[in-house]
Amino acid sequence: MTVHNIRVGESKRGDASDGTLAESVGGRLSRVDGPAKITGAARYAVEQQLEGLAHAVLVESTIASGKVRAIDAATAEASPGVLRVLTPDTIISLRTASDWFGTPPPDKPYCPLARDITFCGQHVAAVVAETFEQAVAAAALVKVSYDETPSIVDLDDGKAGDGIPIDAMTKEWGDAPAAFAAAPVRICAAYNTPREYQAPMEPHGLIARWEGEHLTVWEPSQWLDGMARTYAEWFAVPFGNVRLVSPYIGGGFGSKALALSHGAVAARAAKMLGRPVKLVMTRPQTFTGYGGRAATRQTVTIGTDREGVIQSIVHRGVNETSVDGMWVEPLGSVTSIMYATPNFSSKQNVVRVNSVVPGAMRAPGENPSAFGIESAIDELAYEIGIDPLEIRLKNYAEQDPHTRKAWSTRQLREAFAAGAERFGWARRSPKPRSMRDGNQLIGWGVAAGTYPVRRAYGEAVVRILADGSVEVESSSIDMGQGTYTILAQTAAETVGVRADDVVVKLGDSRFARAGVAGGSRLAGVMTGAVSKAATSALDQLVGLAISDPRSPFHALQANTLVVANGRIGSPRGDGPDVSIAELLKSVGRDRIEATGDTMPANSTAEDRYKNYTTIAMALPHTEGDYSRYSWCAHFIEVRVDEDFGTVRVSRVVSALDSGRLYNPKLAESQWKGGIIMGIGQALLEEGIMDRRHGRIVNNNLADYLVPTNADIPDIEVISVGIPDPHSSALGGKGVGELGIVGVAPAIANAVFHATGKRVRDLPITLEKLI
Amino acid sequence: MRDFSYLRATSTDAARRAAALPGAMLLAGGTTLIDLAKCGVAEPETLVDITHLKGLDRIAVDERGATIGALAKMGHVADHADIKSRFPAISETLWQAASAQIRNMATIGGNLMQRTRCPYFRDPSNFSACNKREPGSGCSAIGGVTRGHAVLGTSEACIAMYPGDLATALVAFDAVVHLGERKLLVDDFFLLPATTPDREHAIEPGEMITAIEIPGSAAARRSTYLKIRDRQSYEFAAASAAVGIEVEADGRTIRDLRVALGGVATRPWRARAVEDALRGKVLEPETVRAASLLAVEGAVDHGANHYKIELAPRVVARAILKLGETA
Repeated sequence: MTVHNIRVGESKRGDASDGTLAESVGGRLSRVDGPAKITGAARYAVEQQLEGLAHAVLVESTIASGKVRAIDAATAEASPGVLRVLTPDTIISLRTASDWFGTPPPDKPYCPLARDITFCGQHVAAVVAETFEQAVAAAALVKVSYDETPSIVDLDDGKAGDGIPIDAMTKEWGDAPAAFAAAPVRICAAYNTPREYQAPMEPHGLIARWEGEHLTVWEPSQWLDGMARTYAEWFAVPFGNVRLVSPYIGGGFGSKALALSHGAVAARAAKMLGRPVKLVMTRPQTFTGYGGRAATRQTVTIGTDREGVIQSIVHRGVNETSVDGMWVEPLGSVTSIMYATPNFSSKQNVVRVNSVVPGAMRAPGENPSAFGIESAIDELAYEIGIDPLEIRLKNYAEQDPHTRKAWSTRQLREAFAAGAERFGWARRSPKPRSMRDGNQLIGWGVAAGTYPVRRAYGEAVVRILADGSVEVESSSIDMGQGTYTILAQTAAETVGVRADDVVVKLGDSRFARAGVAGGSRLAGVMTGAVSKAATSALDQLVGLAISDPRSPFHALQANTLVVANGRIGSPRGDGPDVSIAELLKSVGRDRIEATGDTMPANSTAEDRYKNYTTIAMALPHTEGDYSRYSWCAHFIEVRVDEDFGTVRVSRVVSALDSGRLYNPKLAESQWKGGIIMGIGQALLEEGIMDRRHGRIVNNNLADYLVPTNADIPDIEVISVGIPDPHSSALGGKGVGELGIVGVAPAIANAVFHATGKRVRDLPITLEKLI
Repeated sequence: MRDFSYLRATSTDAARRAAALPGAMLLAGGTTLIDLAKCGVAEPETLVDITHLKGLDRIAVDERGATIGALAKMGHVADHADIKSRFPAISETLWQAASAQIRNMATIGGNLMQRTRCPYFRDPSNFSACNKREPGSGCSAIGGVTRGHAVLGTSEACIAMYPGDLATALVAFDAVVHLGERKLLVDDFFLLPATTPDREHAIEPGEMITAIEIPGSAAARRSTYLKIRDRQSYEFAAASAAVGIEVEADGRTIRDLRVALGGVATRPWRARAVEDALRGKVLEPETVRAASLLAVEGAVDHGANHYKIELAPRVVARAILKLGETA
């Protein structure tokens, strides 16, 4: 079976001027997996060609609430090529699996096809047939009847109520209500974000194959070991019996970290039929088969003195969750740390609605949270009559206002300065509607963003092979963010070989274990683990060279040796100079192998399993003496047609602090991707529901609008980070989520500057401005 | 599995004969038909592939006008030098439509047959009521999500919007559709939903679009298509206007004006009231804006699409004034 093998030599370098530097950590090496993806050589999970493959197609509920009364599958079963119609009655139940914290599950069966309907689009049946077309045709013949009950479709539903208080989200210090009441300047406003969807190019799907009690699953995955654990628990087989393979992922944005019910259906079908089964969601199914970003509501209340120094922030948030699942989108996460305030109160409720349980989508929590506080601070600037940038600097948090700990690094002031300089902020005309070009009202907006540095322990295997090449293995993944590339750079630099001579193997759960690729943590975790494993391999190599009697260096009696460009020599350049391959040959070794992990030395096997298959052992970002965050400032120009209300983003300058960048080219690309997604969120994206049926009707990529190239101007990103030794082994902070945080409020603020209209409900569509 | 037969037509006559069979549909670029088949709306029993017919993709332009073969690709017509110079609005409707990939596949004849994007029409498994799909079954859109629905030409049976761009310009310039021997104005080719929204075009079984003919005119030569939409590309119009103008020798008085609206009506919508109000008038912003309000006379909204009533006259006015600036 294909395991992904990538040699750096297959791809173009970064800028030619970078020379070998491009291959070191911090160099601008181009994505090593790029050519395989562009030429089509990259084989994605569901493209595996397997003997005897059967095809499964899901049938979904057409009501939002109620019970399945009956399923008439007779016609479907009699259709050509149909192997089995699975319903809640005919599918063999699984065991309930633990959640992502590893909390032991209740001892009860789990049926991935629903009898009790809690949202429209829930899986109620599946048809397995010889061909995909036969399965599609037969699925349309499955007749499901329901006993419908009233539903609560969204947060605006009259029956929704106030929801459930989430006490763990409460953050309070000082006396925020009293300080607000006493403040001479006060603002209060409500900010709403709609349901949004990850909409990855590659839809969710998998191929499941059983060989006895061993299960192999080819599935796009942000977390092989976590998903393998879930499959193992569902089928009550040992963890080691499940192999997840996911060398390439066509975009995840948070949606591919967990094993989902469609995976349970496919794997169960494969077991029942004794054949490998492929199941791929249709695009509409990706809008209900798993959760997008929960819709949110926030009120932000700020009291300041007459100069705009904040005295009090009172924040209340609500997000939707499902009837039988719990998703908390932490809405006070940015509110509580962005600005210094002596008095603060943030509380949050969740409201159950008839929806699939919402899920993680790029910067869950921080993203909507920033829309609230970064819009509100802008409103405050106009209320006081000072520049929106000035009010941010005036209330700059010199330490974490919540934990009162020092920031590990916070280059936000530098970000404001660098961004403002490049953007030309000083030339801004302060009054709304004071800048125009013909029919176009021009607005300039600023907003800040942040994302915590999530940390975890990591593991990697590094081998130095007989031909002098280096191999890195990890069950971590690359969904486009550049894991293959930066790990090649890390191993090359650490061992002392060219990146061309490093092969990185990812995306197979048989490799060294890895935690989730989520929360912008993977690069920091994995560069640390690879660096440690590679150092250990290098030490073995040098140790052999010095001490093995057959080594050409044996007579030198050196304390150490230098390895560079794949060759070994003494630090002073005297004595022999041999290639790694020659040395290994001389000492009679065909390889050196080192496993490196960053776990505490006394960790047990159980600790390791828990570390890689749950998120329970993640290290808090406020652990110890420091509070660790990445930071950014977005400066955005919009042009709003005064007749049509259309908003076009015409210029973006963002300055970002992600600490040290392992590969600036890839980091810049990820930041820009986040900013583009933020433009979509600000102007276009919204799950539109038919509230009579609780059904999302724009469940396809023609009607759920994400930006096209034509919507995106040139984006300039500036790195203002410095190495942060408290955040990761090599000094990097988070990259992937940061870019999106703050984009939507920067655009909303720019729209206000352009038009004088404050839009507090995303997206900012034209009818809100005409 | 739904089986269907596939015929490759060897002549226009053979194609017409085959298309007259019950359940037969013509297949050209396939960009609409295959899409509708995937969502369960189109269920042809016979597909008659006309893509190999010779001579139907010709584009001929002279002083009298343009004749565009039914199989000409949208992309080719958009880029055709004579179309661009003599019928700029036609070219502009095409390059602002769909995506480059679709424009390279989709044909002009097929473009006229494009169907609505109403989400209820396109989702039979979840919404059984749709008078356009199943006459008499009702309309799921009324009372539902209507942001993209029509405000002009609606009926109690259907409020589905006609989504195309090209036909908006065609009705503005009195284009004629050739159905073999029979010819009729494009304006007559598109039907109002009234009580029969399932019948969208005045085309009979056994007929096939063979060409579109656009008469040349001074107004067509000085024309434009202004398309306002939520995103800048690959998106249907929130409101659009195809406008052509001819002015008197003084350069200010309107001799001839053509105005048609897209994105707001159940069919391409000629705005003759605007034309009549402005013909003979001097091109002045206030006059144009006031007259443009007539474009939405009789409009009825269904809540979320109310903005179209505000937007459409502004689009019309801007397009007219933009052309006026080039006088």
